[in-house]
Amino acid sequence: MKILLRIIKKEFLQFIRDPKMFRIVLIAPVVQLVLLGYAANLEVKVIHTAVYNQSKGTTSRNLLRELKATGYFHLDYYVNNYKELQKLIDRGNVVLGLVFDKDFDSNIGASRKASIQAVFDASDGNTATISAGYLQAAIQKFNRKISLITLSKKGKEVRFPANIEPITRVWFNPELKTRIFMVPGIMSLLLMIITITLTSLAIVKEKEIGTFDQLIVTPIKPYQLILGKFIPFVAVGLIVIVIVLTAMAVVFNISVKGSLLFLFASSLIFVLSTLGLGLFISTVTKTQQQAMMIATFGVMMPMIYLSGFAFPIVNMPVSIQYITYLIPLRYFIEIIRGVILKGLGLADLWTQFVILIFFGILILFLSSLRFKKKID
Amino acid sequence: MNDLILQAEEIFKNYRAVEAVKGVSLNIKKGELFGLVGPDGAGKTTLIRIFCGLLNPTSGSAKLFNLETSANKRKIQKKIGYLSQKFSLYRDLTVDENIEFFADIHEVRNYKKRRDELLDFTRLKPFRDRLAENLSGGMQQKLALACSLIHNPEILLLDEPTTGVDPLSRRDFWKILFSLKKQGMTILITTPYLGEAERCNRVALMNKGKILVTDEPEKIKNSINKKALEITCSPAIKCAEALKNKHGVDAQIFGDRIDVLIEENSDFNQYLETIKKNNLTIKNFNINKLSLENVFIHLIKQQDLKLARTQ
Repeated sequence: MKILLRIIKKEFLQFIRDPKMFRIVLIAPVVQLVLLGYAANLEVKVIHTAVYNQSKGTTSRNLLRELKATGYFHLDYYVNNYKELQKLIDRGNVVLGLVFDKDFDSNIGASRKASIQAVFDASDGNTATISAGYLQAAIQKFNRKISLITLSKKGKEVRFPANIEPITRVWFNPELKTRIFMVPGIMSLLLMIITITLTSLAIVKEKEIGTFDQLIVTPIKPYQLILGKFIPFVAVGLIVIVIVLTAMAVVFNISVKGSLLFLFASSLIFVLSTLGLGLFISTVTKTQQQAMMIATFGVMMPMIYLSGFAFPIVNMPVSIQYITYLIPLRYFIEIIRGVILKGLGLADLWTQFVILIFFGILILFLSSLRFKKKID
Repeated sequence: MNDLILQAEEIFKNYRAVEAVKGVSLNIKKGELFGLVGPDGAGKTTLIRIFCGLLNPTSGSAKLFNLETSANKRKIQKKIGYLSQKFSLYRDLTVDENIEFFADIHEVRNYKKRRDELLDFTRLKPFRDRLAENLSGGMQQKLALACSLIHNPEILLLDEPTTGVDPLSRRDFWKILFSLKKQGMTILITTPYLGEAERCNRVALMNKGKILVTDEPEKIKNSINKKALEITCSPAIKCAEALKNKHGVDAQIFGDRIDVLIEENSDFNQYLETIKKNNLTIKNFNINKLSLENVFIHLIKQQDLKLARTQ
């Protein structure tokens, strides 16, 4: 016990002595949270548009005015041929090119079918899809308007047959802001990054400077060494959570709806697996650089992609969906989002909680075995 | 039972296909200052790590205090002080903190007095609040030594402690080793420097995973019954070749001079004649006793010949 305390004390001393590390761990999370919180945005607010209007009649101009009025479509360019339009799309100046053919207005006037061509830059598929949706909605609305006008011009009483109008209620995130969905996820990423990298680096650093051998040649037991390394970083991880929760409330006005106690309890359970992974990385690497590379590319990036942090798991191919079941971060993100956004607790999230416990113990156990084997 | 602290018998160690140690046997007595000498890659570090219990031998037995190292790691590690090749210190802790840390993990109670003794002994007391990374190389090495002594070990295993340290600090370090020895400490030290080996009680010369000879330095020097004819000449390489071709002697090149190993009672003039006949110039010559280096190079050459013959 005394040896354990001694190692923890040493680890803290070293941590505090390294002012850069100190700053990185305490300030970086807040900066990350703010940057990602603002930048990680999947909403489409502005659709830069170029118009090639060969018709130039009243209806086409009315439609354009209507589009402009939605606030999404910014009609930045009016061009006179396809070439210019293509150039603007190629350069990325616009996402959407709208082309009215010569007969557009005359067709409408004659109650014939009139069409417009909409060219999207789909190099960013997400933006293109959402923009297309906005355009369709806007044109549909406009269609109804002209039907009404033409019908009333003909003096007929206008009445649409049965009309279904959905009344939507958006729960948990009424403004549909990506931020509210992303920020709790970012918090779980930070906790993971800090615990995995700090643990693996702290152990590999000792290997690098040679103190590791020096430690093994003392009566220290492997479990004391492992715990001595873990406890300080768990403490750091929990401090980071407190910082991030505060920043979340202050900067983004997102407060925790559920129980803080449950949030911290699940964080503690989650770090069992990240510490285990950190320990594992330390057993397969010899230098801090190697450890950093493996932690980043071998462990953390795949975990992030497969966790549902940014890309919804339901949209993944089924085979990949099965793989996501093996990613502890997936369950932790579900818990964190549930607790923070929906106010859920253990009663609703117990499956995720139990799976996290299982993974934590399993990973930690296997890594410790490997670590011990390496020492003996 | 006996006063042997360390006994190694027929130790082999393979790293996959590479044989690092090929059948090493040696004994170290209590209170001895034992030098394990050899070039880089001879297998010295592997051997010392086996003694510490950091590695298990592929075959053979290594015993410390009559206990097999691989099976009794904890028991043995309480009684040994080990210093690995790099100065293994926490560079971001102070001198005092480093010593305290190692005292605590060795569960040394009341280490304060011992710590002050060691600081006096290594003359690090004025620097006790300095971070280890701000110490000079020589001081770091002394601090590492102090850390490995805090728990009063019975044997010190030092792996190339003086490599990369300036000559003055190196001398200082040896002074400390001598006074430790005076206090009864058993010391095993590895070094690539033959000059340092001469200061040990006994020396084992190691090359290519094998020990070529183990004895007191003086006895090793006398073991091959030869003397050294030191000739300063130019070009040294050509002179050595000429002598080798004509007389089949071992001519060792040291920069602008060669040491010719000749029989105790042979006439050296014939060798000088040979050089002159080849139109090479002799600047100076001397007859010396063999140095440890001469013997070592001689033995390595013989080992190489033997290996070449068996292949």
